[in-house]
Amino acid sequence: MAMLLPSAVILGVFVVYPLGRAMVLGQQRCDNFGNNCVSNGLDQYVDLFRSIEFQNALGVTIRFALITVPLGVLAGVGLAVLADKYLRTIGGFRTVFSSTVATSVAVASLMWLFLLQPSVGALANMGWFTSIFPSVKDPGWLQDPGTALVAVAISSVWANLGFTFILVTAGLQSIPRDLHEAAAVDGAGGVRRFWSITVPLLGPTLLFVVVVSSTRAFQAYGEIDILTGGGPQPENPTTTIPYFIYGQNSPIRNDVGLQAGAAVLLFLLLLALSGLQLAGIGRRVHYGD
Amino acid sequence: MAIDLTTEGLEPAEPAAGVAVDRGPRNAVREFDEPVGWRRAGRYALLAAVSVIVLFPMYTTVIAALKPGDEVLDSPLLPTAFTLDVLREAWTSGHLGRYLVNSLVVAVIVTVFQVVTSVLAAYAFAILEFPGKRVLFLLFIATLLVPTEATVVVNFQTVDGLGWTNTFIGLSAPFLATAFGIFLLRQVFMTLPRDLLDAAAIDGVGHVGFLRHVALPLVRPTLGALALFSFLGTWNQYLWPNLVVTEQDMNTVQSGLRLLGKSNIDQPNLVMAGTVIAAVPMAIALFLFQRQLVKGLTAGAVKG
Repeated sequence: MAMLLPSAVILGVFVVYPLGRAMVLGQQRCDNFGNNCVSNGLDQYVDLFRSIEFQNALGVTIRFALITVPLGVLAGVGLAVLADKYLRTIGGFRTVFSSTVATSVAVASLMWLFLLQPSVGALANMGWFTSIFPSVKDPGWLQDPGTALVAVAISSVWANLGFTFILVTAGLQSIPRDLHEAAAVDGAGGVRRFWSITVPLLGPTLLFVVVVSSTRAFQAYGEIDILTGGGPQPENPTTTIPYFIYGQNSPIRNDVGLQAGAAVLLFLLLLALSGLQLAGIGRRVHYGD
Repeated sequence: MAIDLTTEGLEPAEPAAGVAVDRGPRNAVREFDEPVGWRRAGRYALLAAVSVIVLFPMYTTVIAALKPGDEVLDSPLLPTAFTLDVLREAWTSGHLGRYLVNSLVVAVIVTVFQVVTSVLAAYAFAILEFPGKRVLFLLFIATLLVPTEATVVVNFQTVDGLGWTNTFIGLSAPFLATAFGIFLLRQVFMTLPRDLLDAAAIDGVGHVGFLRHVALPLVRPTLGALALFSFLGTWNQYLWPNLVVTEQDMNTVQSGLRLLGKSNIDQPNLVMAGTVIAAVPMAIALFLFQRQLVKGLTAGAVKG
């Protein structure tokens, strides 16, 4: 039992306690200075959930997930299938496709900030590119409320591409070659084999990729912080829930009660998301054998 | 930045005896679905085109980092000028050397603690018998459902209350144990044959001796994967160091790079030079430990 103690203490103090404490803090209503707090029970959560600011952040987060998850899975599977052939130098291409796994969120986001910045950025200073897409210079894709979220989402998909590629490639390699070979002998072409063998047997891997990337989408913070700061103001089309809680420009940045409340709502949303995914997609996943 | 995924699955089959070797020793027998002729050329063209797209942001970053300030805005795609001065300036005025050391210290502390606490707890859950084991294990695993973003509000109060802001202990304390590691190692410990433990008990070797001399050596590959995973996760942390660090010298490479980016937006070559410096150590580390990386990343994904 003593062997459990170190983990139990750390997880207790830094995971269980803060979650419980946040639930308590989150139901209190305080004055404008954060003092004289009184318990407001569940109503406080309901009010916070219904507030315009939280509803905006929730909508942004869901839109962000709806762009990044399908795009990320498609790109990852596409690259992995493309590189899943025996060819000379295929190792080099795999290295390239995995390479973004080495970029942290700060590194990847600064690279994309430089690409997309409307005055000193790389794309804005390429004449042929700005003549096709003038909006990259004026107002700039991160500065236009209509395109900002999509631009952030693309940088995020790029940053996670290496991770998805590695996972799907490992999944593809766990499919027995004999199956493909037998099907090929029976006259099944590449497309037929992809839908009848690869996709069903890749099920568990795809489920895992979807779960991880949607969780990540709901936790997106660093790319928002560096690329847009939640803006452009005043629509805040890129203020995700984590950025709403912790961001520099957040309206609740100095109110611990509301921050805690929003953090609890984020936890509940992620919990519901995991439940949904396990119940819904899990039933249709083929685990082989 | 090389992650070589080559495993048995895609190696060409061993040439059977008597089969004509037509394309040299490395590629003796053609795979049944190996593209040939035009299909092969098409596949290469597609691979090359996609590679260009994937590498594009990195390419423009490196090109900018190697140009002096007055040249950055001219033809961002071409290396029209070359200087190492900007990299030097980013290193000194951006304090990146100090930040890299800070990140290394925090990542090593967290990795060592996560591996040790995970080994202990996983061993208890896999090998020992005690009342309430199942319930306790589920409780531990349930902590995986709590996202960092939900605990940071209160954890900051805790760390601040202890006076641990701007310290290494403050940067690492919340992450010294992980249910992921416990789960991962428990799975491996459970595959150890019971006979081994019985034999050790007969020889008078206690649990500590058994763990050290029998169990740990057998799970070394998984330990490596967990260590790399812990290191990578800590190194890449963004939100926590941004909150806990207010003194410039205590920044990690991520929060320091953020600072460099926010304060020098008019000097893109300086920021890109900092980005290159911040990215290179991780790229080298992942190149050296690619097998552990793939193993760590796929631990939860592929059945088996």
